[in-house]
Amino acid sequence: MNIPENLRYTATHEWVRLEADGTLTVGITDHAQELLGDIVFLELPEAGRRVAAGEECAVVESVKAASDIYAPLAGEVVAVNTPATDDPAAVNRDPYAAWLFRIRPDDAGAMAGLLDAAAYRHAAESESH
Amino acid sequence: MGKQTPLYESHRALGARIVDFSGWDMPLHYGSQIEEHHAVRRHAGMFDVSHMLNVDVIGSGAREYLERLIANDVAKLKAPGRALYSCMLTPEGGVIDDLIVYFFGEGRYRLVANAGTADKDLAWMARQAQPFAGRLEVGPRRDLAMIAVQGPQARGLVWQALPASRASSEALIPFQAAPRGEGMIARTGYTGEDGFELVVPAGEAAAIWRALLEAGVRPAGLGARDTLRLEAGMNLYGQDMDENVTPLESGLAWTVDRSRPRDFTGRAALDAAVPQRQLIGLLALDKGVLRSHQTVYSAHGEGQITSGSFAPTLGRSIALARLPAGARTGEEVEVDVRGKRLAARLVRPPFARHGKALV
Repeated sequence: MNIPENLRYTATHEWVRLEADGTLTVGITDHAQELLGDIVFLELPEAGRRVAAGEECAVVESVKAASDIYAPLAGEVVAVNTPATDDPAAVNRDPYAAWLFRIRPDDAGAMAGLLDAAAYRHAAESESH
Repeated sequence: MGKQTPLYESHRALGARIVDFSGWDMPLHYGSQIEEHHAVRRHAGMFDVSHMLNVDVIGSGAREYLERLIANDVAKLKAPGRALYSCMLTPEGGVIDDLIVYFFGEGRYRLVANAGTADKDLAWMARQAQPFAGRLEVGPRRDLAMIAVQGPQARGLVWQALPASRASSEALIPFQAAPRGEGMIARTGYTGEDGFELVVPAGEAAAIWRALLEAGVRPAGLGARDTLRLEAGMNLYGQDMDENVTPLESGLAWTVDRSRPRDFTGRAALDAAVPQRQLIGLLALDKGVLRSHQTVYSAHGEGQITSGSFAPTLGRSIALARLPAGARTGEEVEVDVRGKRLAARLVRPPFARHGKALV
């Protein structure tokens, strides 16, 4: 299971990266893409949308299943990875490069409530056993 | 842990993702089900289908028994090796299972039935065999394994891997088989591509699988098998039909042979039935994936998707759906996909076969 140390995670299998400008980049983990199998469609939020923590704001659809993606923190969607919608399989190939959207969080301090790599690994492993 | 086929360790060694399928531990894919799908449409892939049940029907009463047991007519099987696809029905006309019957000579037939229905099928077949006591033996063959090799290059690669099989199988036409020891080599499949289904002794399966791998046949899992059969417009038992529907409402009227006065189980019910529904194809016009149990809204009333998926050959989603009998191909419908209405067009399956899109 590829779980980079420098990212934060949610129990619902999103990864979160704090950027220099204070925004958060969000994608799905390697574990998530493996569970989903071949990804065929991405439905991404509109830039400018306000989201609450834990709110459904994107859909990753594989041959096998549709999976909701949740906002890790409350804030405003400031960017979406539109090119990825033309190549959804990029999320399978490199889930940590093929990000989905960026959020400007209302409270960057809430990052502390997300899982670190070790905690996410524990959560993902206990779920798959 | 579920039941395992003789190829289970081969799948593990190839890194397969194993899932439960009707109580069997089976490979879903070996990395990418889409790549496996394309391999079958463009080159050759192979599936472990050893979970399916081979049943020998042997004896002087075999033909008469099968003429009653199934809705297609085994009297059409005249040349040895010929096969046909049929439903086995309840007295009410519901589908107990769909299967292929192979004819190997007077009084010698073999059936290949679904894994999930195997126990039910055997119980039903044993009960129907009672009036034929002494003239018939119905024998399940769990000692056999089955590998489906499918794709435009499939036959050539089978001959490369198993040179001795070429002489007996080169002249086979579609839906014909040649015996191979206790097993057979059949020009049948479930993908819409040419190829063979190899029925082999369980103990030989792993060596044959390895020889096919070395010849360049790509292993493919149940995921690709499902998208291939759906593109080919083939029904999946338990999803597209079951005991609650007749073949007439399942796109399978062509498999019900009523051309002579033959009293097969379910016939009276079918003769009295006026089909109110039909199984028809859907081609998604919007992005998104159609999936089973989604509601379809047509000008003729509501229906339901029975099988839906992304179709790799088409690059969009397709489905089979049970709709009111009045619905026609070319009409547009809407599907409730997770709370949103997705547009789709009604089409006549198959959606793709022999490497090409047909819709």
